[in-house]
Amino acid sequence: MISAVVFLPLLGFLIAGMFGPSLGARRSEIVTTALLFVSCFFSWVIFGMVGLGGGAFTTPVLGEWFTSGALNVNWALRVDTLTAVMLVVVTTVSSLVHLYSIGYMHEDPSRQRFFAYLSLFTFAMLMLVTADNLVQMFFGWEGVGLASYLLIGFWYEKPSACAAAIKAFVVNRVGDFGFALGIFLVFVLTGSVSLDTIFAAAPGLAHKTIHVFGGDWDAMTITCLLLFMGACGKSAQFLLHTWLPDAMEGPTPVSALIHAATMVTAGVFMVARLSPLFEQAPAALTVVTIVGATTAFFAATVGLVQNDIKRVIAYSTCSQLGYMFVALGIGGYSLGIFHLFTHAFFKALLFLGAGSVIHAMHHEQDMRNMGGLAKKIPITFWCMTIGTLALTGFPLTAGYFSKDAIIEAAYAAGLHGSAATYAFVLIVLAAGMTSFYSWRLVFMTFFGKPRWQQAETHGHDAHASAHGHDDHAQNDHGHGAHALDPHESPNTMMIPLYVLSAGALLAGLLFKNAFIGHEAHEFWRSSLFFGAENHILHEMHEIPEWVGMLPFLMMLGGFLLSAYMYLVSPQTPVRLAQRFQPLYQFLLNKWYFDELYDFLFVRPAFWLGRLFWKGGDGQIIDRLGPDGISARVLDGTSWVVRLQTGYIYNYAFAMLIGLAAIITYYLVSGAH
Amino acid sequence: MIIGLEHYLIVAAVLFTLGVAGIILNRKNVIIILMSVELILLSVNLNLVAFSAQLHDLTGQIFALFILTVAAAEAAIGLAILVTYFRNRGTIAVEDISMMKG
Repeated sequence: MISAVVFLPLLGFLIAGMFGPSLGARRSEIVTTALLFVSCFFSWVIFGMVGLGGGAFTTPVLGEWFTSGALNVNWALRVDTLTAVMLVVVTTVSSLVHLYSIGYMHEDPSRQRFFAYLSLFTFAMLMLVTADNLVQMFFGWEGVGLASYLLIGFWYEKPSACAAAIKAFVVNRVGDFGFALGIFLVFVLTGSVSLDTIFAAAPGLAHKTIHVFGGDWDAMTITCLLLFMGACGKSAQFLLHTWLPDAMEGPTPVSALIHAATMVTAGVFMVARLSPLFEQAPAALTVVTIVGATTAFFAATVGLVQNDIKRVIAYSTCSQLGYMFVALGIGGYSLGIFHLFTHAFFKALLFLGAGSVIHAMHHEQDMRNMGGLAKKIPITFWCMTIGTLALTGFPLTAGYFSKDAIIEAAYAAGLHGSAATYAFVLIVLAAGMTSFYSWRLVFMTFFGKPRWQQAETHGHDAHASAHGHDDHAQNDHGHGAHALDPHESPNTMMIPLYVLSAGALLAGLLFKNAFIGHEAHEFWRSSLFFGAENHILHEMHEIPEWVGMLPFLMMLGGFLLSAYMYLVSPQTPVRLAQRFQPLYQFLLNKWYFDELYDFLFVRPAFWLGRLFWKGGDGQIIDRLGPDGISARVLDGTSWVVRLQTGYIYNYAFAMLIGLAAIITYYLVSGAH
Repeated sequence: MIIGLEHYLIVAAVLFTLGVAGIILNRKNVIIILMSVELILLSVNLNLVAFSAQLHDLTGQIFALFILTVAAAEAAIGLAILVTYFRNRGTIAVEDISMMKG
């Protein structure tokens, strides 16, 4: 059954990828989507059996991958509770996104390719979450990176999409570099890459030091930091986050599946999966906490002022990933995974809802050109509202349970260390900002005066030049002379919204007990590891009353402020932006990270490249090598050429002279 | 005076030198080169016949006949080539025939 879950998407990819052109778009869509739904069904069965039902953990070995010296790597599918949770998240969101894409992409001429990529991504992600050794995890890790690259650059006619795809790939390489080094270190320390062997060896390595990077370091700390670097790249954490907002160049379903619900959470999954290692490295966990909190805060501030509907949600994703890492950093692995689980539902819902809005607006993404859409597309509006409620942590929705639990746990952990207090302060502030920008998105999109009627000509003139627009290259509808009339999306797009809305409302309520409540211990069993001194799950319940109320108050504050600024007095944001122009620009330009990286890395890299190209290759290798030799040969031959007059009599004269010389020689020498 | 072998040889040498000089110094016309080649062949013939008479050996005279035949054929072919060349290029001036120039 687990094989079916993992390999059905691969089958779908092969069918749609190899036979797509002959099958036609419609059949490719149906095949891939149907296979995904089967896979999803089996995933829930596994989740029921292994996760909720307490079934045994299994690790069926499929075969040997390679053996090299002491390194032995098998293909195996590890099924435990953590895997089961991820299976459910991945296949559910993926199958819904497949279904949604049938409606969303119906104008696109290369849909087969799109669905093939989606299935490839799902397969790679499933390989990642079922990995039984680090090398197989790396295989899945790179596989999702590849699929992400292909899907961000799906509309490869757009230069901005190609640039975004390359940016995502390169930034991820930085993280993967750390991840690969981490795997090497694990192998050096334990002599194995198999998870069970590593976990068994981990406690014995607690205070060992290792000589790397020219110094003696605590072995577990340095290993975990390198592994966390990989997680940072994949999960768009602070300093390696720059690719995620640009990845919104891809089609919206891709953003929902890869850049919100599944792939970006791979880093969180990896840290949770390797919890036995991280538990031995408190210093590394502190770093995880600080980076996570910084990301949560940073991304929330940037999200406050963005005008592109997808970018707001992208920064929100970045921010929520920060929450998950805070949870992991303070030792609450189950909290992080629970937030991952609920976040997948409401963030996918928000993205697909945004996709529905964009679809209704004929590929307009700037919120300044929306407004008043609540009457035109009421169902989408309600779905988006549910997603926003869940994201901001409205009581009894999904986010209420998972996010508030993280905040409470951060407070509890703050009693022992200052890093957690730092995290607590930042994520509480971020919670308020989350509420503000989420409601700002809803108010700007769905309320107020419709700005799309007068913005119609203006908006579409700016269409070509403005970046981040989700328009199809071959899209011809909606750009004509007829007035824009937003309409509700087709059923294939609405059904996923209903399902995800249900998930966003109920996922927290239904699974709270299992994930982080009283049954958590029986639920997770050995799939997550908690150190002997790790009592965070108990301590988080023994906190003052006001801490429990704080997230709710922040949410309410954000909501009220947002309602005042965007419903009651729309002039206030404009005045604020003018009053605090430097701060506004600072946030609007994402803390100038792109500019900073451009200055620090991109330009020096270009400079170095030019140096090697012009200086090293052109001036030294070419000049002294092939070009130089050919130039010398030309120099030598150019005056030889001058001898060749082309006149027969000159040649005859030369022959005569030669003959005379030879005869003279023989006459003279013959005399002796 | 008795006309001996050496006189024949001197005449042949003068003819040969004229022929070679004609090839090398001529700047005008390809036909002159052909004529110079004929001159060289004639000088060789003269040598052969002179030695044949001197040595009482007929082989040299037979050889001279062969050379006459070959020279006639060569002149015919050479002229034919010249005619074709003139048709193609419109000139047979030696100055203009320099396609082998590097």
